[in-house]
Amino acid sequence: MTPFLLYALAGAALCSIGLFGFILISHLLRKLLAFNLMGSGVFLVMVGLAQHRSGPDPVPQALVLTGIVVAIAATALAVVLIRRYYHLSGKTSLEDPAQNPPPAPGPRQAREAPHE
Amino acid sequence: MTATALLPVFALMTSLTAAVIIFALPEQKHRLRTFVNLTAAILKLLLVGLMIRGVFQGKAYGIAFPMIPGVEFVLRADALAMLFAGLSAALWLLTTVYSVGYLENSPNRSRFFGFFSLCVASTLGIALAGNLFTFFLFYEMLTLSTYPLVVHRGTEQALRAGRTYIIYTLAGGAVLLFGIASLHVLSGDLPFRPGGHFADMAPDLQMPLTIVFVVLIAGLGVKAAIVPLHGWLPVAMVAPAPVSALLHAVAVVKAGAFGIVRVVFEIYGLETAGALGLLSGLAAIAAFTILYGSVMALYQSDLKRRLAFSTVSQVSYIILGLCLAGPVGVAGGLVHLVHQGVMKITLFFCAGNYAETLGLHRIDELDGAGRRMPGTSVAFTLAAFGMIGTPPLAGFITKWTMGTGALAAGMDWVIAVLVVSSLLNAAYFLPVLRRIWFGEQKDPWREERQWGRSETSAWLLWPPLVTAGFLLLAGLLASAPFSPLGWVELIITREVNL
Amino acid sequence: MTLWLMAGLLFTPLAWAVLTLLTGFRRGRAITWLGIVIQVLVSLALWAVVAAEGGFQYPLGGWQAPLGIELRMDGLAVTFVLLTALVAAASGLHAGFYLDPDKDWHRYFWPLFWFLWAGLNVVWLGNDLFNLYVGLELISLAAVGLVALGGQSEALRAAIRYLMAALLGSLAYLLGVALFYGQFGSLSLSGIASALNQDIAVEGSGFALILMFFGLALKTALFPMHRWLPPAHGIARSPVSALLSALVVKGSFYIAARLWLELGATLGSLALAQLLGVLGGMAVFWGGWQAFRHSKLKQVVAYSSVAQIGYLFLLFPLTWNTTEAVIIQAQQAMTLQVISHALAKAAMFLSAGNLILSVGSNRLNALAGVSHFLPFSLFSFGLAGVSLMGLPPTGGFAAKWLFLQASLATGQWWWLVVLLGGGLLSAAYVFRVYRASFVEDSDIDHFFHPSRRLEIIPMILALLSLGLGLMAEPVLSVMALAFANGEGT
Repeated sequence: MTPFLLYALAGAALCSIGLFGFILISHLLRKLLAFNLMGSGVFLVMVGLAQHRSGPDPVPQALVLTGIVVAIAATALAVVLIRRYYHLSGKTSLEDPAQNPPPAPGPRQAREAPHE
Repeated sequence: MTATALLPVFALMTSLTAAVIIFALPEQKHRLRTFVNLTAAILKLLLVGLMIRGVFQGKAYGIAFPMIPGVEFVLRADALAMLFAGLSAALWLLTTVYSVGYLENSPNRSRFFGFFSLCVASTLGIALAGNLFTFFLFYEMLTLSTYPLVVHRGTEQALRAGRTYIIYTLAGGAVLLFGIASLHVLSGDLPFRPGGHFADMAPDLQMPLTIVFVVLIAGLGVKAAIVPLHGWLPVAMVAPAPVSALLHAVAVVKAGAFGIVRVVFEIYGLETAGALGLLSGLAAIAAFTILYGSVMALYQSDLKRRLAFSTVSQVSYIILGLCLAGPVGVAGGLVHLVHQGVMKITLFFCAGNYAETLGLHRIDELDGAGRRMPGTSVAFTLAAFGMIGTPPLAGFITKWTMGTGALAAGMDWVIAVLVVSSLLNAAYFLPVLRRIWFGEQKDPWREERQWGRSETSAWLLWPPLVTAGFLLLAGLLASAPFSPLGWVELIITREVNL
Repeated sequence: MTLWLMAGLLFTPLAWAVLTLLTGFRRGRAITWLGIVIQVLVSLALWAVVAAEGGFQYPLGGWQAPLGIELRMDGLAVTFVLLTALVAAASGLHAGFYLDPDKDWHRYFWPLFWFLWAGLNVVWLGNDLFNLYVGLELISLAAVGLVALGGQSEALRAAIRYLMAALLGSLAYLLGVALFYGQFGSLSLSGIASALNQDIAVEGSGFALILMFFGLALKTALFPMHRWLPPAHGIARSPVSALLSALVVKGSFYIAARLWLELGATLGSLALAQLLGVLGGMAVFWGGWQAFRHSKLKQVVAYSSVAQIGYLFLLFPLTWNTTEAVIIQAQQAMTLQVISHALAKAAMFLSAGNLILSVGSNRLNALAGVSHFLPFSLFSFGLAGVSLMGLPPTGGFAAKWLFLQASLATGQWWWLVVLLGGGLLSAAYVFRVYRASFVEDSDIDHFFHPSRRLEIIPMILALLSLGLGLMAEPVLSVMALAFANGEGT
C-alpha cells in the first residue's frame, strides 16, 4: 500500500460520490458540480495509479493538465447553457415537460419563433 | 468495352435515361415528355431486337464487374432472357402509347411516367440479370418503382392498396434475400447456368438445399401471386389501367414467375430439383393456385378484379409447366410467359377503355358495350377466347403443349386440371362476352366521353387492337422460328438441356 | 508534400474556427466556404496518397509519443476523413443558404462547425487513447453548442441533456484510460495491444474496457442509453442534425470499434460481445418502432438514427473469436454501414429541412400533396430512405449483405432476425412518409419553394449513398489495403 494507491482509491471514492450526485440530483447547477467532483476523482486515479506502478511519471501530470482544461471548457459551456435555459424557461432542472403542465413563462420568454 | 458488352447496358440505359429526363421535365411539358417516352421505348425495342437477332445467331452479350466483395454484378443476354426482354420491350411501347391517352388531362403525369420508365428498366434488368444477386437488385427496384404507380391516384383506397402491396412485396423480398444469402454461404456466388449447379452435390447438402429452395420459392411466390401469397394482387387493382396492365402482363407477376424459372432451371437444375422431390410439391401448389384463382374470379363483379384473379390463376400455368420437367411441358409453361402477357394486357387495355370512355367498372354495367365500342370489344373477345383456350389463339397453343407434355411426363392429373381450368375460364369470361355483345343497354352510360366518330381516343384504341393481333398471330404462326413457341423451343434445345 | 497535407488537414479547421469567431454571419460564410474547398482538396489528396502508398504514422510537429501527438493515417482513417469532408462540406454549404443571416446568434454556427470538424479529424487519426478523449470532448462540446443554436428553450433543454450524457460518457471513458495507463504505462492502442500479447497480467483491464465501452456507447446513443439523441437531433436546425447524425455519433463508435478490434480478442468476452450485439438489435427494433410511431418528421428521422446505429454494434459479436475472413467481412460491413448511413442520413435531414421549410410544419400529415410541389426534395428523401431500408443497390444494402454473410458464416442466425426484420421496420417508417406525401385530398394554399441550391445538396448525398452499393468493392479495397498496413505498427 503506497500513498499513491491511497490517492487512487480516494479518487475512486470521489468518482462514486460524484456519480451518485450526477444521477440523483436534478438541479442542473448541482449536477454540474457533481460532474466536476467526478472529474477530479478521475484525475486523481490517473495520477495515483500511474505513480503507484512506476514511480514519478510526467505523462499523467501532462494529461491531467489537459484534462482540467477540457473540464473547464465543458463546465463553462454548461453554465452558459444552464443560465440561458433558466432565463428562457424559468426552470433549473430538466424534468420532462410531457409529465408536467407547461411552466409559467420565464423571466425572458423566447421571442424568436423557430422555423421548425 | 465491346459492342457485345454495351448492348445490354444501352438497353437498360434507355429507360433509365428516359426516367431521369422525365423527372427533370416540368409537369406541363406534355408533348416533350411524350416524345421522350416514345423515343426511348422505340429505341429500346430496336436494341432488344438487335440482341434477339444476335442471340439467335449464337452471339453472347454480357458485362460483369465486382460490386460487393464476393459478389458480382452480371448482365447477360441469353435466349431465356430475351424471351422476357422482348416481351417487356414490345409491351412497354404499347403501354406507353396507351398511358399517354389514358392520363390525358390528369395531374402528376411527370411522376407517373418517370416511375413507369424506372419500372420498365427494372423489368429489363430482371430479364438480363446473370446471377441471383443481380436479379434481386432489380427485383427490389421493381418493388420500389411500382409503389408510386399503385398509389398514383392518392385516394384513401389507393393508399391502402399501396400499403398492402408494399407489405407483401417487401416481406417477400426479405425472404428472398435470406434465401440468396444462405445460398451464397453454402456455395458462393452462383451465376445462372444451364443445368444448374448442384448436379453432383454432396449428400449433406441435400437438406439445406431443400430448405433454401422452399425459402426462395416463397420469396418469389409473392410476386408470382401463388396462393396463399396472392393477396396483394386483387387489391392493387385500384391503380390506373395501364399500371394494372403492366403489373399483370409484364412486370411484377412475371418477375416472380421468371425468377422461379431461373431458380429451377439454372440454379438447381431441373433434374436436381426433381431428384430432391421439390417439383411435385411445386406442381401441387401451382395446380391449386390455378383452380383457386379461377373459382375466385367467378365471384367477382368488378371487371378488373375478375381479371386480377384470372391472373392469379394463369401465372401458375408457367410454374406448372416447369414442373412437368419434359421438353414439351416446359415449352408449354415458358411460352405462356409471353402468351399470358399479351392476352392479359389486351384485357386490361379493354377494361381501361370501358372505364375511361363510358365510365364502366362493373360487369353488370357492360350490357351493350359491344355496339358502342366495337373495336375494343373485338379485342376483348379475342383475348377472352384466348384465355379460355380456343384454337387457333395463343392460349390454345399453351394448353395444347402443356397437355401433350403432361402425357409425356406421365402426369395425367395435369390434364384434368387444364380441362377444369378451361371450363372455369369459360364460365367467367363467357357471361361478360354475352353482356357485351348481346345485352340490351338499360341505363345511359355513366360518364360517356366523345371522340368524334371514333369509339374512343386513338391512343387508347390501337394498343389493344395490336396486342389482339399479336395473340392471333402467336397462335396461327406458332411453328414459325420467331414465334414465341419457336423461340421457346430454341431456349429448350440450347439452354435447358432436356 | 504529405507534411503539408497533414498540416492542412489539422490546422485549417482550427484556424478557420478562430477566424470565423471574429466575424459576422455573412463574412463567416464566405470564409467557411473557402475553407471547405481547402479541406475537401486536402482530404482528397490525402486519400490519393494513402491509396497509392498505403498508410503511415505521423508524429505531429516531430514530437514523439507519449508526450507528443502521434497520428496514424491508414486507409480506414483516410476514408473517414474523406467522408467527413464530404458530409461537412454538404452541411456547411446547405447551412449557408438555410440559416437566417439576420439572426445574430447564427454566426456562431461557423466556429462551432469548424471545431467539430477539427475534433472529428483528431478522432479518425488519433492513435493514443488520451488524444482520442480530447477529440471526443471537442466534438461533444461543439455538437452541444450547435444544438443550442436553435435558440428556444426546447433546444437548450435538449442541448443540456445532450451535454450531461456526453460528459458522463467522456468521464467513463477517461476513467478507463486512467486504469489502462496505470496498468500498462502506455497510452497508445498498439502499445497496449502488444503488451497484452506478452502475457502481462490483465486482471482488471477487462473492467477498464467495459467502462470505456459504457462511455462510448452512451455517446453513440446505443439502446437503452439513446434517450438524449432524438430530442437533440430532432430540434436542431437541419444542417446541424445532419452533421450530428451523420458524423458525431460515428466518432465515438469508431473509437469503440478500434478498441474492440485491437484489444477485444484478449480483454473481451463472449458475453460482452453478445451483450453489445443484443443491445444493438434492440436498438434496431426500438428505434424503428419509435420512428414508426412519431408524427413529427424530424423525430422520425432522429429515431431512425437510433435504429441504424444499432446495426453497427453487430460488429462486436461477429468479430469475436472467429476466422480472419469473417472478421474482415464484418469490418467491411461496419464501414459500409457507417458511410452509407452518414450519407443517407445527412441527405434525409437536409431534405427533411427543405420539406419543413416549404410546408411550414414539422408534422408528417402536413406533407399531403407535397409531391406536386417539391418532388426534388421528396425524391432525395426517398432515395436516402431506400438506403436506410437496406434495399439494393444502395450502400445500406451492401452493408446488410455483408452482415448477413458474416452472421451465417459464424452460425449466429439470430442476427438475421435483426437484419431482415429491421429492414422491414425501416421500410414501414420510410413508407409512412412517402404515403403521407402521396395523399391527394389536401388543401395546401401557401407553399414556399426553397431555392434549387438547397435542394441539390441532399440529392447529391442521396445519390452518393445509392452509388456506394455499386462502388463498394473499390471503396473497400482502399480500406482493406490499409488494414494490412496500419495494424499493429
